[in-house]
Amino acid sequence: MKFQRYGAVAGVAVAAALALSACGSDNNSSSSSTTSAAASGSAASSCPSGTLNSAGSTAQANAISQFIKDYQTKCSGTTVNYNANGSGAGFTSFVQKQSDFAGSDYAMSTTQAAQVKSSGRCGSGEAIDIPAVGGAIAVIYNIPGVTASINLDAKTLAGIFDGTITNWNNAAIAKDNPGVTFPSLAIQPFFRSDASGTSYNFSNYLNHLGGFAAANKQWPGKAGQGAKGSAGVAAKVKSTSGGIAYDEYSYASQNNLTYAKVSNAAGDYVQLSSANAAQFIAQAQVEQTGADTHVVFNYNYSNADAYPAVLVTYEIVCGTGNDSSKLPLIKGFLGYALSSTAQSELTNLGYIPLPSNVASADVKAVDSLS
Amino acid sequence: MSSDTPPVLAEPEGQAPEPVRARSALTEKAGLGDRAFAGSARAAAVFILVIMAAIAGFLIYQAVNAISQDKVNFLTSFAWDPDGNNTNGVPTFGIAAIAWGTLVTSVVGVLLGAPVAIGVALFITQYVPRKLGSFFGYIVDLLAAVPSVVYGLWGLLVLDRHMSGVSKLIEDVLGWIPMFKTNGTYGSSMFTAGVVLAIMILPIVAAISREIYKQTPREQIEAAYALGATKWEMIRLAVLPYGRSGVTSAVILGFGRALGETIAVAMVLTTVPGLVTRILQPGGNTIAANIAVQFGEAFTTGRQALIASGLVLFLMTLIVNYVARLVIRRSTNKAGA
Repeated sequence: MKFQRYGAVAGVAVAAALALSACGSDNNSSSSSTTSAAASGSAASSCPSGTLNSAGSTAQANAISQFIKDYQTKCSGTTVNYNANGSGAGFTSFVQKQSDFAGSDYAMSTTQAAQVKSSGRCGSGEAIDIPAVGGAIAVIYNIPGVTASINLDAKTLAGIFDGTITNWNNAAIAKDNPGVTFPSLAIQPFFRSDASGTSYNFSNYLNHLGGFAAANKQWPGKAGQGAKGSAGVAAKVKSTSGGIAYDEYSYASQNNLTYAKVSNAAGDYVQLSSANAAQFIAQAQVEQTGADTHVVFNYNYSNADAYPAVLVTYEIVCGTGNDSSKLPLIKGFLGYALSSTAQSELTNLGYIPLPSNVASADVKAVDSLS
Repeated sequence: MSSDTPPVLAEPEGQAPEPVRARSALTEKAGLGDRAFAGSARAAAVFILVIMAAIAGFLIYQAVNAISQDKVNFLTSFAWDPDGNNTNGVPTFGIAAIAWGTLVTSVVGVLLGAPVAIGVALFITQYVPRKLGSFFGYIVDLLAAVPSVVYGLWGLLVLDRHMSGVSKLIEDVLGWIPMFKTNGTYGSSMFTAGVVLAIMILPIVAAISREIYKQTPREQIEAAYALGATKWEMIRLAVLPYGRSGVTSAVILGFGRALGETIAVAMVLTTVPGLVTRILQPGGNTIAANIAVQFGEAFTTGRQALIASGLVLFLMTLIVNYVARLVIRRSTNKAGA
């Protein structure tokens, strides 16, 4: 009997919980949260008060948190939230109006752009991409007995990740590294099992310089094993002798993993450093149609100090048709994030600041938001 | 399907009429309050059903939507690319490879975990003094309190490194069976994931089996001894037959838990394209782990496809639980007779 009574109480509780959670689920447009954007007085344009909600890419999460911290110190009346739930989830919450902008590892695909348009998220307008944070991709490896930083040609890397080069004592690897003796050890390539901007940009590099499959956020290689997330990949390489993988620069340095010098268009092997990666990103072309801004890396650039395996992440935001109460917040925060003050903080966090040509195109784009 | 299952299992069906009598006696005496409570309880029950139906409808709608866009056979394809990342936006995804991985890891988990769990239960109920037994029982139950992400971390960072030796040994002995052959690399395999699952299902199987063995009728034990049986013979004559169906259902419940385990498997297993049939070599994927890994980066069709795979997993666990329930019903009937 007692059981039954508790059961009934529990039943009511469960029903109530379900009902409440059902209320809080989908489609609640976040417009209600703040309408106090009638920021009075002097610093109205640079420091609007209110709450800005954003979500998306985990790769840029640390950079955005730093921007948020600094921006909120500067503008105490502003609250900015960033939910690092992945590029796909961030984009979905942007389309459902739960986020005012989304962080993404890659520029929108045509399918995504069409989805924004058909959902009416930006009124009659369209969503645009704004490059926000740069980064570098390290080629990490674990070969017992080889402690020096090795050289790897893009074509050799393509062979490794496609399974045509399967042992560390392969002639192609020896050719890249005169004077280094490699053990006879099976190569175990690792890649990201989740879709990722790191995969996209690294396959892009291999595609341009190594004849690899076309760039894809879902790793297009034919060999190896997928591990979950940047941390998972780093852990696998660390624990697997013979392992090799691509990973974000910060994960390589945090895990004390050795990383290779990779080849550029002229066949020089380039050491990975923030300065070298920044030099390569600075050669990128900026393609801007209206406010929609894309970065196209120049893989033909062959300065011996320009590290070619790099990436740029984006923010996705409405070009026109933004909620009028949110617009000053979006402009204020993104404007700050793209400023040289904010970008100069990135190096310490393992990211690469945007070069001036990209930053100035971005500022133009943010100014034109409406 | 957590550790509060044993009381449900142990509750005989014969008690059902009793609460009914009690309630009618109450309603005769007091009016409004009881009726109001009965009404609200009924409303709550109906409400739950309505919400459940709504959720099911929503999920099925999403799943059907995704499957109708699928350009390959959902049930037999090995690929998982619902957002068409590799095929210019054409969704191609199938459940076969991940459903296979789910089954294989869970079967390995049960094969390794269940015998140990049953041994633990026998030891606790039959071999050690009562006080010490309840202490050991408590320790085993503690295993259930370890969050699965901790098992995942342990599996990834500690266990995986030590699995190479074991895997190599198995390959050396059983390598003539195709399933146990490898390409010379070990670890991060479905076998490793199965070992982690075995440890994770151990507490639930041990707890239920313990409760069942504890209830072995005193008379049967005494009778076995009276026939001159040793301790082990007594267990074989009295304890094991009495608990057979109950323990079977405990194992099936453990299997159900292994099927749905997510994060630990996602952390331990690495994925490789296609169907993995060699359980000792790296690679494999399960439905739940696939959802955990892919969800954050999935777009519209990707999400719906993951929901479809979740429904398949739900069906699998439903079938497993139904079988467990059948076994339990048979066992209670036998006990009543």
